[in-house]
Amino acid sequence: MTYQPSQLRLQREAARRQASRRSSTIALLSTLLFGIAVVLVITGAKGFQLVRQSFFSWHYAVHSFPSVLSGIWLNLRVMIIAEIFVLIFGLLLALARTSKSPVLYPVKLFATFYTDIFRGLPLLLVLLLVGFGIPGLQISWIPNSAVILGTVSLILTYSAYVAEVIRAGIEAVNPAQRMAARALGLTQTQTQRRVVLPQALRKVTPPLLNDLVSLQKDSGLISVLGAIDAIRAAGIETAQSFNFTPYLVAGAIFVALTIPLTRFTDWLTRKQDRARQQQGRW
Amino acid sequence: MSTLDLKNIRKSYGSDLVISDLNLSLEKHQVKVLIGASGSGKSTLLRCINLLEEIDDGQIFLDGKDISEIGVDADDVRASIGSVFQAFNLFPHLTVLENITLAPRLVHGISRAEAEQDATELLARFGLSEKANQYPDLLSGGQQQRVAILRAIICKPKLLLLDEVTSALDPVLIAEVLSLIAELKREGMTMLIATHEMGFARKVADEVLFLKGGQIIESGAPSQILEKPQSLELKSFLSALEEAGRL
Repeated sequence: MTYQPSQLRLQREAARRQASRRSSTIALLSTLLFGIAVVLVITGAKGFQLVRQSFFSWHYAVHSFPSVLSGIWLNLRVMIIAEIFVLIFGLLLALARTSKSPVLYPVKLFATFYTDIFRGLPLLLVLLLVGFGIPGLQISWIPNSAVILGTVSLILTYSAYVAEVIRAGIEAVNPAQRMAARALGLTQTQTQRRVVLPQALRKVTPPLLNDLVSLQKDSGLISVLGAIDAIRAAGIETAQSFNFTPYLVAGAIFVALTIPLTRFTDWLTRKQDRARQQQGRW
Repeated sequence: MSTLDLKNIRKSYGSDLVISDLNLSLEKHQVKVLIGASGSGKSTLLRCINLLEEIDDGQIFLDGKDISEIGVDADDVRASIGSVFQAFNLFPHLTVLENITLAPRLVHGISRAEAEQDATELLARFGLSEKANQYPDLLSGGQQQRVAILRAIICKPKLLLLDEVTSALDPVLIAEVLSLIAELKREGMTMLIATHEMGFARKVADEVLFLKGGQIIESGAPSQILEKPQSLELKSFLSALEEAGRL
């Protein structure tokens, strides 16, 4: 016999459809009203024409696009190099902070101190200290390129954030997992590497990717040291024309660069949630 | 020489004495079952034997060697003792096959191919072949616990410790797990088992030990312990079980 939904069930589904139609209509109307209000407030402002010319000029957008684009190429390289080092250092710091070995105690102490300092220091301050302070020391073998020192600053700051995320993951692994591994005869190190870390990293992948998205956009801050990245290139264009559109162009490119990573993060989070709900593999 | 010899074991958490002056010996191929209420020290005793807990006093001999001495390599000792827990504790990021072959490969230096062959044979013998490449979360509780037992015995431990391995399972799944343990007994595995399943104790135990307050109050053959209890403590424990319908 083929499946025949009961009368009650059909009525219920109809009622549910009607309710959902009603709420979509309300959502549509309120969004429309809100949008119209925002547009009216902005276009009605006294300085609207001026702002439109100086921030949204198509002419300057087209004109500045090539140089901003060549600037973003530098941001891209900085992002990728920084991301690689941040993941490595973050992992090492997290391992040091969670280590119980007495030999590593000084390392643990250092790691704790390090994360405390660099999570608290504003990135801009780290950039200035590293970017201008280190060249000021005049040590011949240390490079004083703005790009390198800027990248180092990003790595210093973000390693601290990423270390904390990974540490949270390590601590979230059920202690019984560690006990089971030790009961099988695995050493402390084997347990950490084969049992604890793989589970910890899976747990924290979404927040970890979130930090990387944040790192990507903050790579624009190296412009304060004079590196010609997208922000700096836009600044140079603006200085020549007194039109701010190039900054918006740079902003749009940054958003375009981070969207794939944010979408990927969302997708991964949803996938993990689903897997957890089904108690299936993850 | 006994496989396991406990001499005057004492263990406390702070001022709380969990095991006091306990003596126990287990011969090769022998199966002893620990019974007693929750908090009577059964689990702590098992965890002391595989050195997950440190004893405060006394000696533990495994095959005549004192493993409670200071400076003994605990990893080495644990490698020769199998342990199974109430909550299975399979590794969720590894498949069944990877769970079982992890210790042989990392601890016992067996090649991946050889370890996988051993594990595959073991899974086949206990009807778990088609689960080899699945992740533990997809298995039923009974299957998970059976995999956990196979994981503990693949390297042929001198001694297998089972800590209330059926407490998290429903009756049908309990039967699966118990028949696996009964099979291990037929093969001569030396086991120390903590359980609340009296029927099972009756079936596999060479000797049943009744624990209370960290001491062995009474011990003997299953029929004697379960049917002719001598001490007041054991009598009241058994009558409590009977009232709960668990005898």
